[in-house]
Amino acid sequence: MKLVFKSIERDGCGSIGLIPEESEDMWHAYNLVAVGDAVTASTVRKVQTESSTGSSTSNRVRTTLTITVETIDFDTQACVLRLKGRNIVENQYVKMGAYHTLDLELNRKFTLQKPLWDSVALERVEMACDPAANADVAAVVMQEGLAHVCLITPSMTLVRSKIDITIPRKRKGFVQQHEKGLNKFYDAVMQAILRHVDFNIVKCVIVASPGFVKDQFFEYMMQQAVKTDNKLLIDNKSRFLLVKASSGFKHSLKEVLQEPAVMAKISDTKAASEVKLLENFYTMLQLEPAKAFYGKKHIERANEALAIEILMISDKLFRCQDIQQRKEYVALVDSVRENGGEVKIFSSMHVSGEQLDQLTGIAAVLRFPMPELEDSDAEGDSDSD
Amino acid sequence: MARHRDFRNRTFSDDYDDDDVYGHSVEEDSCMSPSDAAQWIYDRSRNQQIQFLQNHNNIQEETEEDLADTSFSSQERRESIDLRSLNLDEEDEAKLMSCLDELRNVIGEAVADNILIQTVIKHNFDFSKSLDDILNRKTKEPEVPKPELVKPVVLIDPVKAPVITTVENTPKVVATNLEPKTVGVVKGFKVGQDGSSSSQPQTPRDQSPCTERLSKTEQVDEIKSTPKVKENKVDANALYVNERGSDKDHLYIVVIGHVDAGKSTLMGRLLCEMGEVSQKTLHKYEQESKKIGKQSFMYAWVLDETGEERVRGITMDVGRAQFETKTKRVIILDAPGHADFIPNMITGAGQADVALLVVDATRGEFESGFDLGGQTREHALLVRSLGVSQLAVAVNKLDTSNWSQERFNEITKKLKTFLKQAGFKDSDVTYVPCSGLTGENLVKSPTEAELLKWYNGPCLLDVIDKFNVPERPVSKPLRLSINDVYKGTGSGFCVAGRIENGVINKGDKVLVCPTKEMAEVRNISINEMPSNVAFAGDQVSVTLTGVDMQNVSVGYVLSDPIQQVPVTTRFEARIVVFNVKVPITKGFPVLIHHQSLVESANIVKLKALLNKSTGELVKKKPRCLGNNCVAVVEVEVCRPICVERYKDVKELGRVMLRVAGTTIAAGLVTDIVNT
Repeated sequence: MKLVFKSIERDGCGSIGLIPEESEDMWHAYNLVAVGDAVTASTVRKVQTESSTGSSTSNRVRTTLTITVETIDFDTQACVLRLKGRNIVENQYVKMGAYHTLDLELNRKFTLQKPLWDSVALERVEMACDPAANADVAAVVMQEGLAHVCLITPSMTLVRSKIDITIPRKRKGFVQQHEKGLNKFYDAVMQAILRHVDFNIVKCVIVASPGFVKDQFFEYMMQQAVKTDNKLLIDNKSRFLLVKASSGFKHSLKEVLQEPAVMAKISDTKAASEVKLLENFYTMLQLEPAKAFYGKKHIERANEALAIEILMISDKLFRCQDIQQRKEYVALVDSVRENGGEVKIFSSMHVSGEQLDQLTGIAAVLRFPMPELEDSDAEGDSDSD
Repeated sequence: MARHRDFRNRTFSDDYDDDDVYGHSVEEDSCMSPSDAAQWIYDRSRNQQIQFLQNHNNIQEETEEDLADTSFSSQERRESIDLRSLNLDEEDEAKLMSCLDELRNVIGEAVADNILIQTVIKHNFDFSKSLDDILNRKTKEPEVPKPELVKPVVLIDPVKAPVITTVENTPKVVATNLEPKTVGVVKGFKVGQDGSSSSQPQTPRDQSPCTERLSKTEQVDEIKSTPKVKENKVDANALYVNERGSDKDHLYIVVIGHVDAGKSTLMGRLLCEMGEVSQKTLHKYEQESKKIGKQSFMYAWVLDETGEERVRGITMDVGRAQFETKTKRVIILDAPGHADFIPNMITGAGQADVALLVVDATRGEFESGFDLGGQTREHALLVRSLGVSQLAVAVNKLDTSNWSQERFNEITKKLKTFLKQAGFKDSDVTYVPCSGLTGENLVKSPTEAELLKWYNGPCLLDVIDKFNVPERPVSKPLRLSINDVYKGTGSGFCVAGRIENGVINKGDKVLVCPTKEMAEVRNISINEMPSNVAFAGDQVSVTLTGVDMQNVSVGYVLSDPIQQVPVTTRFEARIVVFNVKVPITKGFPVLIHHQSLVESANIVKLKALLNKSTGELVKKKPRCLGNNCVAVVEVEVCRPICVERYKDVKELGRVMLRVAGTTIAAGLVTDIVNT
């Protein structure tokens, strides 16, 4: 993302101009825009004009509109952000107060005006505009009959393709059916890789599976590549990385990202560090349960005691519709930072973020044990389902 | 952009096409014949009639049976009982559950749940007292109903029963399946009568609204044919006796153990000694294995058939073979030992009645397999959690330590303590020293002088022969869990799996769940032998027509179309947590293994932490679950699956939870949350 301008008043209101450059920036934009903000962007609108004789013509006009956002829609697969709201700036084609839906486009500037730019939002802008080269990694987690082809970007894990094929088991005299099924499966995975992985962007392709599936698959793929003279695969052979995973389900990506070989390759992605943090939290919960807590109430009380060392919070909490709630979470983040604690905002698009979301979305490792929190939780958990 | 459509220039007929789905007939599109449609369409009215007929049939049955076992109170005849109807508070319920578990450990499945519950309550949750009571009752009972019970079985279907020629044969079989069976027969009736919550809904959940579409004649046809099918189900017991009375009992045995313990070799050798493998094949294997320098694998090749397995020298998928002993027809399921293939092993173990644990006696090898992280422990825990209670332990490769008694004792001592913890009773575990490669003490008594010095127990084959065959719930509604889908010869396709409950006949209509599609059974074969009927406990492959092969996958269940298997995405389970590296919290992503099904799931709620030995409630809504605790949790699965409450169908009520290649917990389904 490119930052065009930034004009923020002392009281926190103001506007920022941004140019999204890649699909991931849409995710950042999605996390920035909240209901009630004003967004200005260029868009296409079909305008009908009625001539004096009563005949009407309609034509598409490109114009710049400013709307107050009412609904926000994010398509994770296509990475498209749709903002719907009412027009608030006079325009020669569109009446004031008329509804319009903005599709934010890549490489076109949009301006976001907020009544209050809080620290979390500003941090998000900073992060989005960080020019550091991002490491995109493709990962294929597979087991016999099931594979997920995923794309891991710094703040998102996108499942590009899921392959689920029933492979007949081996049985007396029917071994070839098993092998045929297996080949069909490998072929499907290979096609998915060819279709969804762009070797210009992707640094490495991780192939992970239990047992020998990954080796067998890799062998099959290379054989096929040689057979069909597929330059793309042959040239990029060195980019494939075979690792062990326990299953072909999506959440085994977590294990893959903890693998030292993978860590070395993608150390700068958020995904790997998040997995590690969450793992640390769980280890703490096992060893010293009084030093690891989750759930809003516990965390707030721990914060009152200035006990929080590392706060993990899912960005889903900041996207909530309720402005009051968002304010509370922002205040919590600010206060933890003020008191020397570390705050990690997890992306809910990663596997670890998904898990944190399930775990009330907020968790913390404390500096010192607070056993009194543990005892008082009988009524505390009732709010969460 | 919907708001800004150009309405004036629109052709409205285009719009109607996609909007007007409701008034649109499905049949017009897909030109289905009415008879085809009848297969797929479910309607309430038809089922009510069926239900009525079924009830009607059963009313007569009921009276007969009432005469037969008037000695039982109506309470006693109920097989399972809804705990809620007892109005217990939570603590009592927990106590009750723990008592029941203990009792089950001791007496197994022989006594119906409700009897246990009654006794336990009577003795105010005192385990030992109620055990005494039940055992006393057990010894008394069989004598009373035995002579009377023989009659109804014959009465129900006089046409079929006379085939039982050997008189002394019949009473024996009937006596073994005393209570649950007679109860099971009237189950369909009972459900309607007492209105207690049951897993089998009377009317299918997904009723189609288009009842009128069905032609009248079709309906009548359906009804006419149903009683015929029903009849078969009613006298399932008689049929079972009829078909299998003279046959040898089928016993499914899963072979488990650490990788390279010699499971496949032991079984391969056993098969060779039994004469199940031709000399020619064996010679071929010997030559080929020699060629790649792995001669010791020649016997393992009998079971490891794929090229991959042979090259790597490990079993990857469950191998299958069978042989006959004096009293039994034994089907071996050779499970892979490698940690990566535990999902396959679970599939195999889920189909087994008993287990054979193979341990490597070589110094160092046994220890590495038995220590934390070795598969000896995990496998043993898994099979126990999957409901296997009888175990034989083959102490393999004892020839490497020169048949030393010391070594044998050392191993058995270690295993004994562990297996006791895992929940195996000492009396149900047998230890056999043997060697798979040399074939010592497999089918014949030992000849090795060193071994003869101190061992005079049975050989492996005798141990297998001595296993008890568990009772088969033949008369319950059909449940067949699918563990393989493949193209057979001829029309349709085949699914293979184990019948957990009930009977399946050629020509039966079955419901493929969780997709709830109707299919027809074209062919049945048991262990590659064609058959007209198969019973609970059998490993069968069934040729289906009426559904597409694409729409059936491993882990699905074939169910009785009327008493359907519940389909859900969320259920409550009581779990036992094994050794875990990180504690289980809310939102923990796990893989759930249920029969052959593997599905990703989340633990969405930690409901209660229970005391491990007493089952009392320790803490409500715990923050996390640590090692070795017992808890009640709610699990949400990504896709709908077929589960049953443990008290209804045991096999379909067991789940395993696994994370990152290790088993973290085993659970029993206590409640199914309707979604």
